[in-house]
Amino acid sequence: MQFWDPRVEEMPVEDLKKRQYKLLKSLVYRLYSFSSFYQERMDAVGIHPDDISTLEDVKKLPFMVKADLRDSYPDKLFTVPQDEVVRYHVSSGTTGKPTVVGYTQNDLDLWTTSLARALTSCGIGRGDVIEVSYGYGLFTGGLGLHYGAEKVGASVVPTSVGNTERQIELMQDLGVTAIACTPSYLVHINDTAKKMGISIKDDTLLRIAVLGAEPWSEKMRERIEEEMDIRAINIYGTSELSGPMFTECSERDGMHIWGDIALIEIVDPDTGEPLPNGVKGELVFTMLQKEALPIIRYRTGDITLIMDEPCPCGRTHPKVARLMGRVDDMLIIRGINVFPSQVEHALLSIPEVSGHFMIEVSRKGALDNMLVRVEMNPEAFSDRIDDLIAIKQKVHHTLKGSLNVAADVDIAAPGSLPRFEGKAKRVIDRRNI
Amino acid sequence: MESEFIIRQISIFSENKPGRLASVAKALQEEGINIFAFSIAEANGFGVIRAIVNRAEDAHKKLTELGFMVSFTDVIAVKMRDQPGGLYETAVMLGDAGINITYSYAYSGRDGAVLIIRVDEVEDAIRAIKEHGGELISNNLFT
Repeated sequence: MQFWDPRVEEMPVEDLKKRQYKLLKSLVYRLYSFSSFYQERMDAVGIHPDDISTLEDVKKLPFMVKADLRDSYPDKLFTVPQDEVVRYHVSSGTTGKPTVVGYTQNDLDLWTTSLARALTSCGIGRGDVIEVSYGYGLFTGGLGLHYGAEKVGASVVPTSVGNTERQIELMQDLGVTAIACTPSYLVHINDTAKKMGISIKDDTLLRIAVLGAEPWSEKMRERIEEEMDIRAINIYGTSELSGPMFTECSERDGMHIWGDIALIEIVDPDTGEPLPNGVKGELVFTMLQKEALPIIRYRTGDITLIMDEPCPCGRTHPKVARLMGRVDDMLIIRGINVFPSQVEHALLSIPEVSGHFMIEVSRKGALDNMLVRVEMNPEAFSDRIDDLIAIKQKVHHTLKGSLNVAADVDIAAPGSLPRFEGKAKRVIDRRNI
Repeated sequence: MESEFIIRQISIFSENKPGRLASVAKALQEEGINIFAFSIAEANGFGVIRAIVNRAEDAHKKLTELGFMVSFTDVIAVKMRDQPGGLYETAVMLGDAGINITYSYAYSGRDGAVLIIRVDEVEDAIRAIKEHGGELISNNLFT
């Protein structure tokens, strides 16, 4: 059994909890003293750092939600001066406004350490050649995995997303053994390889894939593993935490959340009340060591549970089960988060169409396909087909610009789409994941 | 007097779904509206039904009530010889007159063949066609 940092990873649970408590305590003191945002938040619920006297007292602290980050655009929640920030990443927000996350050098080092432990735990290290086929750039996936894989001594091929045939050629020519990407992209790679007359199973050395950034099921894992004769490993993270950070270990039964890096809770999504281990609820993160952008009791919107039994791999850090869904209506399209509210916001900026729309998601081959059906405003109706096609293209471009993901567009007649009383159900997801 | 030759076409938006044409036709039947000429233009996912009818106002009202997106479009009707070469003659005349056609469709009825054309500047087109010896059909024939 290989460990990156055995002293930490096998630390007795009691010692780990003591360490978490110490980190939490100093984090809360630091934020209360140096951040007006956190001080106001804590004062508002009548909590002083002195009230935190056990690890369980974390539940006294107020929650953070995605809107807090959006509302503090770009960097109002940062607690270090700009000259200590060495990197920014940016993700799309719920209403078209992005959220910015920032990192000090220590933040980047800790992120990389988290991934080094994780990759080692699932069996990736020196000697491996890994294609990092997550997007490089503002998205955290590419650069995160890049540094994590370099750290464990693997040879990184920074393929990013796209140019799939080239990726397959490189896979063969460089003897690639591992890949990190979205599960749907891996299926796309496999399909493309078949068309090229290449079998991933027989004609490449690929043996392991680290897959995440979008929902996928055990069924899909079985299909991928059987078809390509590889091991498929689940990875978890969001940009608010830093990026992708945690993977399954070689047991492939839950993801270890490093306790010295993050304190996790499961809460009732409706009441916010903490739930015991083993019970399904919303995953909440407190990042114990983050400097540039502290995260306290951040509600991820992801539904899962904390697994109680000790892991046979020997790691003592708590595990969360495979994600079981979302609290909100967030969609993940080709690895990009999309909220129906973003679509609505974008459509409302186009005078030719109304705010009545539906989103239909399906898989075209291996790739997610999003169709936005929107009602046209009668005033914009023209007998000329060209004018109507122009409206369609305008909607397409506007959506692409605000969602960062392309959508097919269907123009519908006024009154033809469903109307909703109460909460709108504008999403039809036909993906079989 | 150009206005005599301006004909009101009704244009109806239609999603590409089975039965859409039938529901338009049913509505016109129920109102006792007669269709003189008719065409469907289609694009990816939707189409536009264009028709010359008697009582265009009534047709517009009825279809709008039923939830259709309808608009009026001014078009002109050029008379053609209903013989081989008839369209050629008309097309040459339109070309000589400098008419830029957005779209067109034709029908052949009791009184001969007719080419319906949609242009950007209707009145200018009417004048130019007349100057080049074209024969236009008055809108009172479509009532």
